Amino acid sequence: MKNYRITEHPILEFKRGKKKTFTYNGELVEGYENESVLAALYAAGIRVFSKSKVLGNPRGAFCMIGKCSSCLMEVDGVPNVRICTIPVKDVKNVKSQSELANPPATSSFPGNRPANINVDVLIVGGGPAGLFAAIHAGKYGANVLIVDDHYFLGGQLVKQTHKFFGSRDLFSGIRGFEIAKKLVNQIEQNSNVQAVTQTTVFGIYDGLTVGAYDHKNRRLLKIKAKQVIVATGASENYLVFENNDLPGVMGAGAAQTLMNVYGVKPGERALIVGAGNVGLIVAYQLMQAGVDVVAIVEAMPRIGGYFVHAAKLRRYGVPIYTSHTIKKAHGKNYVEGATIIAIDSRFNEIPGSEKYFEVDLICLAVGLNPYSQLLAQAGCRMAYIPELGGLVPLRNKYQETTVSGLLVAGDVSGIEEASTAMLEGGIAGITAIINIRGKKLKDAFMDREKMLAKLEEIRSGPVFERIRKGLEKVIVSG
Amino acid sequence: MADFLSTGIIDAQTLQKLNLIPSPERIRMGPVAIIECPQEIPCDACVAACPSHAISKTNINSLPRIDFDKCTGCSLCLLACPGLAIFVVDLSPTNGKAYVTVPYEFLPVPKRGDKVALLDRAGSEIGVGEVVKVFMSRDRTYAITLEVDYDKAMSVRAFKISSRR
Repeated sequence: MKNYRITEHPILEFKRGKKKTFTYNGELVEGYENESVLAALYAAGIRVFSKSKVLGNPRGAFCMIGKCSSCLMEVDGVPNVRICTIPVKDVKNVKSQSELANPPATSSFPGNRPANINVDVLIVGGGPAGLFAAIHAGKYGANVLIVDDHYFLGGQLVKQTHKFFGSRDLFSGIRGFEIAKKLVNQIEQNSNVQAVTQTTVFGIYDGLTVGAYDHKNRRLLKIKAKQVIVATGASENYLVFENNDLPGVMGAGAAQTLMNVYGVKPGERALIVGAGNVGLIVAYQLMQAGVDVVAIVEAMPRIGGYFVHAAKLRRYGVPIYTSHTIKKAHGKNYVEGATIIAIDSRFNEIPGSEKYFEVDLICLAVGLNPYSQLLAQAGCRMAYIPELGGLVPLRNKYQETTVSGLLVAGDVSGIEEASTAMLEGGIAGITAIINIRGKKLKDAFMDREKMLAKLEEIRSGPVFERIRKGLEKVIVSG
Repeated sequence: MADFLSTGIIDAQTLQKLNLIPSPERIRMGPVAIIECPQEIPCDACVAACPSHAISKTNINSLPRIDFDKCTGCSLCLLACPGLAIFVVDLSPTNGKAYVTVPYEFLPVPKRGDKVALLDRAGSEIGVGEVVKVFMSRDRTYAITLEVDYDKAMSVRAFKISSRR
């Protein structure tokens, strides 16, 4: 059997842990303890993770970070498990699901009673914003709990192999995955901060009582918090084109997760759709993982991402087709090729301008969408802001939403980047502790003012023009 | 002039206009950094990396400025730049050759003495050069110094090993 694991990488060493087998539809699969079940199956050559409900078309995995539902499987008797969020070490038998899933076997739920937890500050999401919020709330004495649905903290920092931009006090020049290690390390050093992983927050109830489900121990958590900070991040956008559901069409971030977190090669030849920073960065990282990048297409007449990211691809000969879009994916059970086409200034296709590329991977890097459902459910006043990527909550400059005690930070409050997410997290964390402890915390106020000033400085540049326009619509006084 | 934002390729003349290129006299005196960062983006990694305090920014988004008299061509900024946008050029050799140092983050890593295909900013092959120095930073970015024909020093910005995976 072909093994798609990367053995040599210019930047990364993969710590996969011990070998461990599990069954997939009754057949033995060899994985490694620390891999996600999805990554282990992908490494074993499995590309179809579900079937469409009506036509029975094969479906691949799209996001690989627990946001979409393309990899739902039955795991040890429990249906509808996102296999991208559980490690191989926790599973024995995995089965693909056809049509509707079987109901869970009652024996698979041990009948644990809900656990009651009381905290000062609950943080939903352990990415850059959530970790920064925890560090700052914890620093001023709050008793903090972070809840994350993945099996390790760090959010999407863990797959960023490039060095970060931004300012030196926010880790400029350091690779993203190294920043994740530093932040997680700071959390571990602070006894005020606890974290639970593999746990999904599913609802916010009256009086800031929060419902969560602990997948690993199979029990409910009822968390009573004085302040709640939602830092759930974002999910990748889809794009409409013919055969866009073929396995091999995936989010650019999904390819990045496979190759940089788990060391699994997502394909051999790739087309990237979208020349924003995500598309450009992932294209370069695919090359580092040994994948040929045949082209990048971008619907706008200009490259959306930073010039420097584009320049480092161009000097290795990767073409970037602006004013082009993908027309069609080719293949029967899996992507075998892609047709792109030029578009005019009104985004109409220009007949006769088609180009065909033989590829087995199509990465969509067409924007992110704030993962804001929890905030809408909790009753926050929301607004659809295209400049910020979608539906986001109104808030004040201290990151407080219109629901008292409920704060927000990071991409869920508008798509920006990691350094602004960290600053928003820090501001939200400090605001939470100020709301609890009152005005005695002089250092906290000063700390928060510094972060507000830094945030304003970063956002003052020309590349943030669109974001500034969006923020004007959602940042309310008070 | 903003055309480089559509193509991802900038030329030496445009860099010159943006004051990002040292004088020919300075480059002939020895190694000097050239920061090909023509867009205002929030980053100060180069400023922090320079031991000679030769690089400055008026705010986090402004274009970097190098004091070419203070720059020693040490390559530390080249290794720190998240955009891999810094190169070190040296026109001091008198044998009709020049040295160009480029950042490199691929496998395989070339060895001293290897002959490699030289690439310009558009990825076109513009000749063959020899690897004269290989230096790895702690975070695994390499600075690879290439000996190239004198007249190609301002064009060579990458290289290709024929067996590159």
